[in-house]
Amino acid sequence: MAKDRIRVLVAKPGLDGHDRGAKVVARALRDAGMEVIYSGIRQTPEMIVQSAIQEDADVVGLSILSGAHLELFPLVTEGLRNQGRDDILVIGGGIIPGDDIQALQQAGVKAIFGPGTSTEDIVSFIRQEASGR
Amino acid sequence: MTSNSKQEWRDGTLAPALKRAAERQEVFETSSGQEIDVVYTPEDLQDFDYTRDLGYPGEYPFTRGVQANMYRGRIWTIRQYAGFGTAEETNQRYRYLLDQGQTGLSVAFDLPTQIGYDSDHSLAIGEVGKVGVAIDSLRDMEILFQDIPLSKVSTSMTINATAPILLAMYIALGRQQGVEPADLTGTIQNDILKEYIARGTHIFPPRPSMRLTTDIFAYCARQVPRWNTISISGYHIREAGSTAAQEIGFTLANGIAYVKAAIDAGLEVDSFAPRLSFFFNSHLNFLEEVAKFRAARRLWARIMREEFGAKDQRSWTLRFHTQTAGCSLTAPQPHNNIVRTALEALAAALGGSQSLHTNSFDEAYAPPSEEAVTVAVRTQQLLAHESGIADVVDPLGGAYYIEHLTNSLENQAREYIGKIDSLGGAVAAIEQGYQQREIQDASYRYQKEVESGRRTVVGVNKFVSPYPEIEGLLRVKPEVEKRQQERTAQLRKERYNAEVDRTLKRLEDTARSTDNTMPAFLECAEAYATLGEMCDVLRNVFSTQKEFLVF
Repeated sequence: MAKDRIRVLVAKPGLDGHDRGAKVVARALRDAGMEVIYSGIRQTPEMIVQSAIQEDADVVGLSILSGAHLELFPLVTEGLRNQGRDDILVIGGGIIPGDDIQALQQAGVKAIFGPGTSTEDIVSFIRQEASGR
Repeated sequence: MTSNSKQEWRDGTLAPALKRAAERQEVFETSSGQEIDVVYTPEDLQDFDYTRDLGYPGEYPFTRGVQANMYRGRIWTIRQYAGFGTAEETNQRYRYLLDQGQTGLSVAFDLPTQIGYDSDHSLAIGEVGKVGVAIDSLRDMEILFQDIPLSKVSTSMTINATAPILLAMYIALGRQQGVEPADLTGTIQNDILKEYIARGTHIFPPRPSMRLTTDIFAYCARQVPRWNTISISGYHIREAGSTAAQEIGFTLANGIAYVKAAIDAGLEVDSFAPRLSFFFNSHLNFLEEVAKFRAARRLWARIMREEFGAKDQRSWTLRFHTQTAGCSLTAPQPHNNIVRTALEALAAALGGSQSLHTNSFDEAYAPPSEEAVTVAVRTQQLLAHESGIADVVDPLGGAYYIEHLTNSLENQAREYIGKIDSLGGAVAAIEQGYQQREIQDASYRYQKEVESGRRTVVGVNKFVSPYPEIEGLLRVKPEVEKRQQERTAQLRKERYNAEVDRTLKRLEDTARSTDNTMPAFLECAEAYATLGEMCDVLRNVFSTQKEFLVF
């Protein structure tokens, strides 16, 4: 059954406290009419997988600025897959060198939005990908 | 025609000009939301009193600078924040930077070190050596400073929740090199309040954290008198999205909270206040930034003298480090960042910074490569030695607009401090989420302005063109984590573990008492207890603090 509103979990895995981007995106998604849960900083991949499932999220948005994305993003997608929930759309952002994007996509992160991305682009990407799920 | 007043000029000259052609924007505003007039004149500074508001350099209220001749004597300290991977790699970068003419070191620690976990802790996965160097014990510090005599360099350490531990390790290292604590020079950031507000590397609740802070004030006043015991930081508040006025308002409010905490702990204001230092951001709005530094200096002098009754002139002076705005760097057209950084560095110098970090153009992608950091260092040397701005003190002082902005920023900052006061002070306001909410609102506003095109970001929302990818980005190798974990495992086998246990027990007893904790930290460090072990003891005694989340 299709839900009225897209539910998004915005989460910060790892130890970095740079939450400006995550909070701006979370707020923009909320303003765009989505239901947004913001996890706060210092979440482990396990915590994120668990709350994505509990909160019945359609989308998980991950943000890392410390350089730990290659280690931590895949742990989230893998965790969702192990729970049989790889239907949940996972996207990411932060300070991520271009060379890493392919590896992250192969690990199941659908898209990476780097510095300078317009929040409108993220909104329309999510609408396109998550509608009909 | 010659107008005799601003109003006459508005009516007679400006109005007809505006009728012929409208201005680019309906309103012009500073980042702090103050409307900017077309031009400023003596009429905008009617209550201006030179002696009261500016004075001479090196004299109260220090608007023009904290030293009498500023950079004519000595150029600001070129201090690049650096650290990545293991202690060996970072040691090499430091020696390279010193060879390039850098004059002070600034240590970036990785997140596990900042949050109190050893490199082999499960929460450290993926983070070891990433945003800075991994330090688990005194052994790592020995490698980090190999062949760097602590008697010759001043070292700044960006460390907060675990500041007493890193300071203890540095003192221990100095002793090994035969340098007395009294001869050590440098800074620890040690500013926990802005961690709750903006940076997020806190461990313990505010009360025990403030006690660790004041323990350091008291200990250093006696034992390490040339050390800057805190760097009260607006940098991260600004990076999180605040305005210029919020940056200085929230930072000085935190400063007031530290001074009150130290006085409450029984310290006499002039015993510790001369060692307080500050750290600000230099952002893009050039003239506003210059005025911001001047306003902060004047406001702090007034607060310390008038409200805290400090008598020592050094207690009144706001000495500060500046870093150019990381958040102003763009990923598209990265070489434009060199120009942005140069302008921000110029504002920092014209604002009277004591030391400066210039960002590298590749930092929207990764920590800086050697090539990029060299350009950043050269930018400062160019300003210092080619541009002529270092040859005179406060050259923008007296400009009508600059003085008007300085006044209005001081007033805006005072309003924020008043608001925080009314909420019960900085700690209470943080617990209520006040500063966090204000910053979030400002950062969201900024983003909306960029997306609507009201605010231009060259290469991002205007003047967009293809650009080549940067090559030679710095990568921290995944082996680093494993190598660091092995070193710490080895250390745990080799050290005298009974002594480690004894010193950790003493740390626990001291933490539970009201005694100064620094001697216990020093003992632990010298026994090669790890940072994670010391923090486990403290987490047990003090408990931990979740983020004061506002969303």
